[in-house]
Amino acid sequence: MNSLFPSIVSRSQSSGLMNFFVPIISIVLTLITGSIIFVLLGFDPVYALYTFFISPISSTYGISELFVKATPLALIAIGLSYCFKNNIYNIGAEGQLTMGAIFGGGIGILFHDTNAFWLLPLMIFGGAIGGALWGLIPAILKTKFNTNEILTSLMLVYVALYILDYLVVGPWKDPFGYSFPKSRPFSESGRMPLLFDGLRVHFGLIITLFLIFVSWFIFSKTIFGFQLKVSGYSPKAARYAGFNQTTLVFFAFAICGAFAGIAGLAEVSGPIGLLYRDISPNYGFTAIIVAFLGRLHPIGIIFASLVIALTYLGAEDAQLFLQIPSAVGFIFQGLVLFYLLGAELLINYKLTYKKLL
Amino acid sequence: MSDTILDIENITKSFPRVIANKNVTFDIKKNAVHAILGENGAGKSTLVKILYGLLEPDEGNIKLNNKDFKVNSPAEARKQGIGMVFQHFSLFDSLSVKENLILGIDEKMSYSDLENKLENISSKYNLPLDLDAPITALSAGEKQRVEIVRILLQDPQILIMDEPTSVLTPQEVESLFVTLNALVKEGRTILYITHKLEEVISICDTVTIMRSGEIIDTSSTSNQTAKTLATKMLGQKLDDLKTNYGHIKDEVNFEVKNISCDFNDPFLTDLKNISFQVRVGEIYGIAGVAGNGQSELMDILTGENINIKSGSITFDNKKIEKYGPQKRRDLSISFVPENRLGHSAVPELSLSDNILLSQFPKNNFIKNGIILKNNVDDFANNVINEFKVITPGNDAKASSLSGGNLQKYVIGREISSKPKILIISHPTWGIDAGAEHSIRESLIELSQNGTSIIVISQDLDELIEITHKISVIYDGNLSKPFKTSEVGIEKLGLLMGGKNE
Repeated sequence: MNSLFPSIVSRSQSSGLMNFFVPIISIVLTLITGSIIFVLLGFDPVYALYTFFISPISSTYGISELFVKATPLALIAIGLSYCFKNNIYNIGAEGQLTMGAIFGGGIGILFHDTNAFWLLPLMIFGGAIGGALWGLIPAILKTKFNTNEILTSLMLVYVALYILDYLVVGPWKDPFGYSFPKSRPFSESGRMPLLFDGLRVHFGLIITLFLIFVSWFIFSKTIFGFQLKVSGYSPKAARYAGFNQTTLVFFAFAICGAFAGIAGLAEVSGPIGLLYRDISPNYGFTAIIVAFLGRLHPIGIIFASLVIALTYLGAEDAQLFLQIPSAVGFIFQGLVLFYLLGAELLINYKLTYKKLL
Repeated sequence: MSDTILDIENITKSFPRVIANKNVTFDIKKNAVHAILGENGAGKSTLVKILYGLLEPDEGNIKLNNKDFKVNSPAEARKQGIGMVFQHFSLFDSLSVKENLILGIDEKMSYSDLENKLENISSKYNLPLDLDAPITALSAGEKQRVEIVRILLQDPQILIMDEPTSVLTPQEVESLFVTLNALVKEGRTILYITHKLEEVISICDTVTIMRSGEIIDTSSTSNQTAKTLATKMLGQKLDDLKTNYGHIKDEVNFEVKNISCDFNDPFLTDLKNISFQVRVGEIYGIAGVAGNGQSELMDILTGENINIKSGSITFDNKKIEKYGPQKRRDLSISFVPENRLGHSAVPELSLSDNILLSQFPKNNFIKNGIILKNNVDDFANNVINEFKVITPGNDAKASSLSGGNLQKYVIGREISSKPKILIISHPTWGIDAGAEHSIRESLIELSQNGTSIIVISQDLDELIEITHKISVIYDGNLSKPFKTSEVGIEKLGLLMGGKNE
């Protein structure tokens, strides 16, 4: 006879299979918990889940929207993996995204009546620089003063948001905008080209896929990727190997900031077309979930970004058809993270049922 | 039999990848010192953990005084009369001896009761203790005394000692043996876990030899010699290693001069004016009890710490004390720190990947920042073959290897780049005798081919076996060097204990 409760036994080696299954387990558990929540709210769970997860992507437009939302998530998440692989907990991607939007968008506002092929590349470059500079602040604080990057990077998010706030109600306010807190629209050549007529999916997707490919190459083929990994696994071994940890921290933050900055710029020059207060529905924070759900692996991140993007779309549809607040999308995101962290136990431990004597 | 105290029958315990104990059957006589001898990984620790209630056997029975004995926790084991002194002490460093003793026993006891009991124990068993001293101020031998007293306060019938001499100076070992003899005379039984052959012969009455989880033999020690025990323990015959001075050149290629370093940290030992010279092809040993500045010195020798207060390191006429590890490797200096997992190797990475932790100019591993995977794999395969590392392949994770195999791999990695000098800390720490032997052989061979070697080790036998010169580090001071073939073990023991007459 076996005991009722399993005991947790350490695996001699972490399980590669579980590494793959943990995200799937956590998604399944999220769906089950989600249906229970829907039942408690008085909805038919099948209909609710359908509304949430299937109906948003049952049209071409819906699929395009899925990619519109997944683009910034995937781009930021792959940037975050440079930090997370190195055990640097950059929580401030939202701020780096905002700064990227300010720098790149600022260029767009400056050249609002210019139509030239160089404008968009310049804006993208500006976005990258803005995000990278914002990311370097916690890097400097961490390496010079040994501050905790979780706190500094998070606090800088709010600084960046208030700077954006100030700009769109102050100096960068649209003179023809009836005092709405928004900037002038960018010129046509300052906008991300659309990939298909009539759909909002834009060139940012191509940039994202390209940067994911580059990151895959860096992680798996270059000594820089190797150094990030080693210093994440064991700082002592990295010191023994002679890897410069300060440089690694700087690079990880700068790259992550740049990616988030490009994502921010792609948002404002893509679907939005100008700067205003709420340019991002917490993409920078949600991307943390995407990064972990994708196990910091480029391919995993692509899938994870689609899953999480769906919770954004589902929340909108749920609000429309079920009359429940769109915050339910955040509940699903939170559930995924919750189960993910719980299920990670299975990578290094297994459950066994002890025999009762 | 009436004089049997512990009867172990068919104990089997398996772990995910190994069977740690396979049908282990033997009995332990009352009133004796019973040794369990075996290499690392032979299953000794598993067996005593079962006895002490830390592990549950898959199969088998244990009888204590002819009664079924089954415990689920160390507290239960202590209640039934089994106490254990671990190799790594479990004491609160910031508390006093008295406080540690009170905290460590299961029953409630007042300080005055404790003092009465202690006086008795201390005098009877040669275990003097300063009750008010903080643990941090004690030597390893004194800490061990606290552990032993703590167990004795609960009056055990059987005392399990796990590698008790591994951290002691020779003098402290002597005094431990006096204590053990007194305990046995009083009717207690000692289960003595070790891999040191001499100890088995000098203080144990009976010895059980384990290899790969199985009992090889249980017999009286009176008709055994170190050689016969070693053969049974290893299951193969070992060649004697011989110190040979012939190949050493007069030229000094590595010189440390007046290195001092203050850490301002109670857990680190400041280094005081350390100087020594190593000649080409020489193996220079630095002996000492753990915690006397070895790891601090090692960090300075490898370049992981370049913030020294004063002094210089010269290699091949270059001042290198400000060079980091990679710059030193560029000069063909190679190093192996004490800790394998997480320092000289990353357990989560494959063996191939671990090659990249230590790159020398002639390795062709990286081109324009891109890893040349084939070259790295070839190098890894070479190390695996040449140093007989047992592993499914170069893509196996470092954590999947046993301690000895991983150490062979790490040392092989360093030796394969043909360094001019190898600086190595505790080369055979915590590994089995087979691997130990092969590592020592490769170090000797390396020196004969003209590489200088600095070995920092606590294992005096090891240093005497392989080094040409030896000095002792004590409290951050390094003694003058002695020719290994001429210095006596007593002299070294005194220096290790801080007695420089």
